[in-house]
Amino acid sequence: MTRKQRRLTLIAAGVGVLGVAVGLVLFALRGTIVFFNSPTDLVEKHVAPGTRIRLGGLVVVGSVVHANNLLVRFAVSDGAHSLPVSCANQCAAELPDLFREGQGVVTEGVLDQGGTFQAERVLAKHDERYMPREVAEALKKRGHWKDDAANKGATSTRTQ
Amino acid sequence: MIPELGHFALVLALAIALVQSTVPLYGARTGDAVLMGVAEPTALAQFAFVGFSFAALIACYVTSDFSVATVFENSHSAMPLIYKFTSVWGNHEGSMLLWVLILTVFGALVAAFGRNIPASLKATVLSVQSWVAAAFYIFILATSNPFLRIAQPPFEGRDLNPILQDFGLAVHPPMLYLGYVGFSISFAFAIAALIEGRIDAAWARWVRPWTLIAWICLTLGIAMGSFWAYYTLGWGGWWYWDPVENASFMPWLAGTAMLHSALVMEKREALKVWTILLAILTFSLSLIGTFLVRSGVLTSVHAFASDPMRGVVILAILILFIGGALTLYAWRAPTLKQGGLFAPISREGALVLNNLFLTTACATVFVGTLYPLALEALTGAKISVGAPYFDWTFGPLFVVLLIAVPFGPLLAWKRGDVRAVTQRLAAAFALALAALLAVCVIEGRPVLAAFGVGIATFVILGAITDIVERTGLWRAPLPTAARRAIGLPRSAWGAAFAHIGVGVTLLGIVGETQWGSEQIVSLRPGDKVALRHYDFTFEGTSARNGPNYRELAVRFAVRRNGELIGEMVPAKRTFASREMTTTEAALMTRGLGQLYVSLGDVAADGAIAVRLYHKPLVLLIWLGCVVMAFGGALSLSDRRLRVGAPKPAKRKLALQPAE
Repeated sequence: MTRKQRRLTLIAAGVGVLGVAVGLVLFALRGTIVFFNSPTDLVEKHVAPGTRIRLGGLVVVGSVVHANNLLVRFAVSDGAHSLPVSCANQCAAELPDLFREGQGVVTEGVLDQGGTFQAERVLAKHDERYMPREVAEALKKRGHWKDDAANKGATSTRTQ
Repeated sequence: MIPELGHFALVLALAIALVQSTVPLYGARTGDAVLMGVAEPTALAQFAFVGFSFAALIACYVTSDFSVATVFENSHSAMPLIYKFTSVWGNHEGSMLLWVLILTVFGALVAAFGRNIPASLKATVLSVQSWVAAAFYIFILATSNPFLRIAQPPFEGRDLNPILQDFGLAVHPPMLYLGYVGFSISFAFAIAALIEGRIDAAWARWVRPWTLIAWICLTLGIAMGSFWAYYTLGWGGWWYWDPVENASFMPWLAGTAMLHSALVMEKREALKVWTILLAILTFSLSLIGTFLVRSGVLTSVHAFASDPMRGVVILAILILFIGGALTLYAWRAPTLKQGGLFAPISREGALVLNNLFLTTACATVFVGTLYPLALEALTGAKISVGAPYFDWTFGPLFVVLLIAVPFGPLLAWKRGDVRAVTQRLAAAFALALAALLAVCVIEGRPVLAAFGVGIATFVILGAITDIVERTGLWRAPLPTAARRAIGLPRSAWGAAFAHIGVGVTLLGIVGETQWGSEQIVSLRPGDKVALRHYDFTFEGTSARNGPNYRELAVRFAVRRNGELIGEMVPAKRTFASREMTTTEAALMTRGLGQLYVSLGDVAADGAIAVRLYHKPLVLLIWLGCVVMAFGGALSLSDRRLRVGAPKPAKRKLALQPAE
């Protein structure tokens, strides 16, 4: 087998595998990505009930109700709008340790017909400021972002 | 005083790095042995100064010197000593210092032990490595100085993030960094080869031990991180396809590909240009991983800070090194000489196939990890790509790769006979098929599990077949086979163990994902709950105080078919200084599987949400990684790496005297 033939075989194999991979990627991306929305986005964009999305915002103070151990209800707000969220069974049992009133939260689930967000998962992703980045940006966009220091009470002396 | 000394040592290290990054390189280009000789002492000195700086930071943490900003933010005087120690790198600044410390450790090791490397190559390698070091010193000193003081020192620190108060922090980041940063050596070797314009089989042999060390550490580091997440986060998952996990997995995939392609280069002088590219890509992916984790573009438990300035600087370093390296590659690679020929069906061909699949799988992970970032930057839409994406892309590619794994080691170099190999693998294939059918009959559901077990068995038995074939077991008398087994190169054993490890991990993954079961219930004292063959009885609760937390523990009596087998005590800890709670899951090992209990919310009426899991074979996931790393270590101890490459015979300068 000459060098040229060998190279052609290699290129053919490479292109074949890459083609399959690209196909898989496109197929998977179409079906599995989840969009992030703030409550205002949901009001403005009219997301169809049943579409899997992420909803992020602040947990409204005083809104968390532990109906029982496996059903928690709360409201998520971005200052302009707020949306009732119901977190049942698996979601309630797996409620992260850092879920609390007044803090930022990201939930994943679907909007039901009645306008309540049925969360399947409350995400524990956050940095040391307890504020998911998506939520911080959504809040900034609505002009409801409080400075970190004021938000947390404790002051950080580190200069940014 | 100590923090200032540490800071000063770091500045000196930067000065030394600047010397090391230029002088030896110039010496190597002009053939000046004295200038080349500068590389070794400077590499050792860099290690000494950064080591001193790191020791100074440790001293600040251990003595709880809250006048240092990072100590104040990440430590607490009531913390146990081990956590005071590990919290040195449980934050952005300290972990970057650990990063450069490991970089200098590798530099010093090359300087001290790379005796058989030619002087000019060694000088160039150390120079290139020093560029990376210099860039990161500047980054640390300019944007994340760990020794920054507070004008009015507070009396008490703000405590380490409770999730990080675990023994895992002592092992996971250093191991992971040893892996990440270890690849800087193969990167430096690749760049040096491009600068020198010369590359041969000996090059592959000089790089191999460093790549192997990095690969072993990365394997163990990822496994440790996975195990840590499993027991500490409280919902029993061991891999989430989280961007931060992917950031460590991509260099692993590329590094694994590089280990395999370097073999071809060492044995057959082929795939040189490709191996160089892989060395560049592997370290680039390590840098991208550092960027993803450290810049704050992602939010996760790993994102300690999100200072935009840091992100910009790391991005600049990234562009400089990756862009520079690839430009140099595009310019110089065509001048490298082509290697030997081989037929598509051959050991080389199999290794090329391995590389093709590993790099493609790596590319799909790359797309899934960076697509959301790219989309947000371009359109502003925020999306997340979850586990289903990776199951659909990475999964099928890896299945094909795994089926091909047993064929590779059995094929001959240069030109292989696929029919002969198939015959040798017939027994392994038949047994794997039997395992598949047995699982189908016994477990019935899910069919996917049966296929998973079949593939895992095939990979494991295929690796064993290779050893059996090489030693001639069954054909030759036992003593002969034993003698041959001892005489086999350690790298052959290493490859077999590494492949067995892959199969073992796959078995664990199949067991955990396909046969695991879970229960989520709300329980009061006295309640009972059943899971598979096990009964859990809520015996009662107890509260106690730890050094810097309060703990609520729940006792469960565990019975199997009515017989008491033990007690499990999951707990919830509340850390006052950060107002955070953590979940301490209780684990009970049953054979290769585990029972896993963790606590959720406590309701006002005293009922507690409890998550119970039965995870069969779960321990195999990490055991397989340990077996892989053991295989790597065996390969590292191979005689040819210790003895070194045969040097090309020097041209005789003078005529031999007549005798």
